[in-house]
Amino acid sequence: MRIFHFSEEPYPDAWGAERPSLRITLPNELCDPDVAHKLYHRYIDEWVLADELGFDIMLNEHHSTATCLTSSASLILSILARLTKRARLLVLGVPVGNRPDPIRVAEEMSMIDVISKGRLEFGMIKGVPYDIEPANSNAVTLMPRFWEAHDLIIKAMTTTSGPFNFEGDYFHYRNVNIWPRPYQQPRPPIWISTATPANAVEIGERGHVMASFMGGVAETLKLHKAYAQGYQAGGHGTRVPLDRFAYLAMSGVALDEAEGRRRCDLIADYLRTNARVADPFNKPPGYFSVDAAMRSARSTNPAAFRTLMTPKGRPVELSTASLDDFIECGIAFAGTPDQVFNQICAFTDGIGGLGNLLLMAQGGHLGPEDTADSMRLFATEVMPRLRNRQEQAQFFDAA
Amino acid sequence: MGEETVEFEVDGSKLSVAIQGHGRNILYLSASLWFADDSPFAQRLTAHGRVITPTAPGFGPGVVNRRWNQVDDLAYLYLDLIDRMKLTDVVLVGASFGGWIAAQMAIKSCAAFSSITLIDPLGVKVGDRFTRDIADLYGLPDAELRKRAYVDSTVFETDIKKISDDELSRRIRSREALARYGWSPFMHDPKLLSRLRRISAPTQFIWGAQDQIVTTDYGRVYASHVPGATFRQVENAGHLPQVEQSQAVLDALVSFADAHR
Repeated sequence: MRIFHFSEEPYPDAWGAERPSLRITLPNELCDPDVAHKLYHRYIDEWVLADELGFDIMLNEHHSTATCLTSSASLILSILARLTKRARLLVLGVPVGNRPDPIRVAEEMSMIDVISKGRLEFGMIKGVPYDIEPANSNAVTLMPRFWEAHDLIIKAMTTTSGPFNFEGDYFHYRNVNIWPRPYQQPRPPIWISTATPANAVEIGERGHVMASFMGGVAETLKLHKAYAQGYQAGGHGTRVPLDRFAYLAMSGVALDEAEGRRRCDLIADYLRTNARVADPFNKPPGYFSVDAAMRSARSTNPAAFRTLMTPKGRPVELSTASLDDFIECGIAFAGTPDQVFNQICAFTDGIGGLGNLLLMAQGGHLGPEDTADSMRLFATEVMPRLRNRQEQAQFFDAA
Repeated sequence: MGEETVEFEVDGSKLSVAIQGHGRNILYLSASLWFADDSPFAQRLTAHGRVITPTAPGFGPGVVNRRWNQVDDLAYLYLDLIDRMKLTDVVLVGASFGGWIAAQMAIKSCAAFSSITLIDPLGVKVGDRFTRDIADLYGLPDAELRKRAYVDSTVFETDIKKISDDELSRRIRSREALARYGWSPFMHDPKLLSRLRRISAPTQFIWGAQDQIVTTDYGRVYASHVPGATFRQVENAGHLPQVEQSQAVLDALVSFADAHR
């Protein structure tokens, strides 16, 4: 099992309760450049520490928001490509359906792969609803544009014989010929994240790594089964290697149970603030299907961010959930190293195994000392046990 | 009452057209907004002619070609419709988004039109690049949007319990389809304003005096680019005067059409 350290590089000083929206409309006069400077250095130090401790590294990007200072994942990746020594560098991801220039994406990712000597794990994402507005991208045509960008980027990264022509529905180039080509041949591994079985099938057909975020056992299992269906239809075989699956959860560890829980609770502010988006930027037209939009409009709480079911069938609204709710749903692992190990095992057993665990070990209001201590304990007390355990099963059994 | 529905399939998109009434042909291109329902006005028009009301692909449950993404796709489609139905001496009426489609048709050919009435149409850019001429329909909360669209926003039902599934799906589809055709450049064609010179049929603009989606100032600039066009302001109405002051709009429309048979 690979274990990735993830942070969104939050700027929590601007998260005051009097601010109804932390995205799109929040003026950047609330961003003190000196505070941001120190935060960037701190988070980069934590990724370097992750490299030293045996974690792999994950980062993402969001736009127009105090929840995430990484507005360009490429920039942070390029720094880490030079500063780190061994970790895989996962960007999850680049919102390729929102970017106007896919060839620029192919160039940047190839540069990072070469600088890091082949350590890039290249994630392409659809992007969250509230990243539509900053990109002014049309959500009605987002998915066809996403797949066209995906195809073009892979073609650009794997074509070595000189320029090719591309005239699609959305992107036009007459001479595509990127320099450098990627270090990994023919290209870095591709990852795609999703929350819907329909997309999971499409990802499976292509055999890419599929990541899902904080969905709990039941939802994640549905996605993995859909992936397996697509994987088989795509001619990749009936047995899906566990390294095709990744799952993101929060984690806080300490020798003392109460302290481990306190740390994770501070991280969980990430989820609790996620829904703070000025209406109606959380529902761009065409982003959700007509059926999903109908269900949402008819639900008892149309403004709800996301509602999960606990294994016992109790609904949990993520923006108001307690730490115990998060733990019960399998989206937070918190407490002592033993407890965290057992919680993770219970989760991965519930979904039939997992190849990549994406850990938000920094998030929300968790400070640098607590983050570093939690990461060290995870690396020394939990990580080796997880890796030994995973050596038994290597394939997902869809049955 | 004698309503007939005709369906056409063009380039992978399905067009559904309702036809009702007798007499001269009135092609009514509705506002097509999720926060408005101007179908009662179309119904009232049937007392004055044979009213032809298409539902643009994407706005109803029918299939839409995934590559359709410009108002011109609809303008050409409706010119096809006129050819297929062999319509002549058509009274062309378009409101809001439908008004934009009507303008895009008229700059291509006015051969089939006896007169054109545009009611608070979208579709042109008149201000500088920092000025938002057309309200940010997808950036305003619903309540604010209604406030800008209506003098009395209670005319539009918002209680989810009182909205039928058909109406709810119409609203969701309209919100999506409008973005399909008008997301960027936002609800306008940068070249339309200068091409309005080509409109050769008699044209009148009707505008709600309190419209805060597109103001009367915007309307007057729009109208000034159409050769010989008249501009009529309707008091106590916002973006949808055909909903809020339907009698006044009906009178203006019919007398203009009568004067230009």
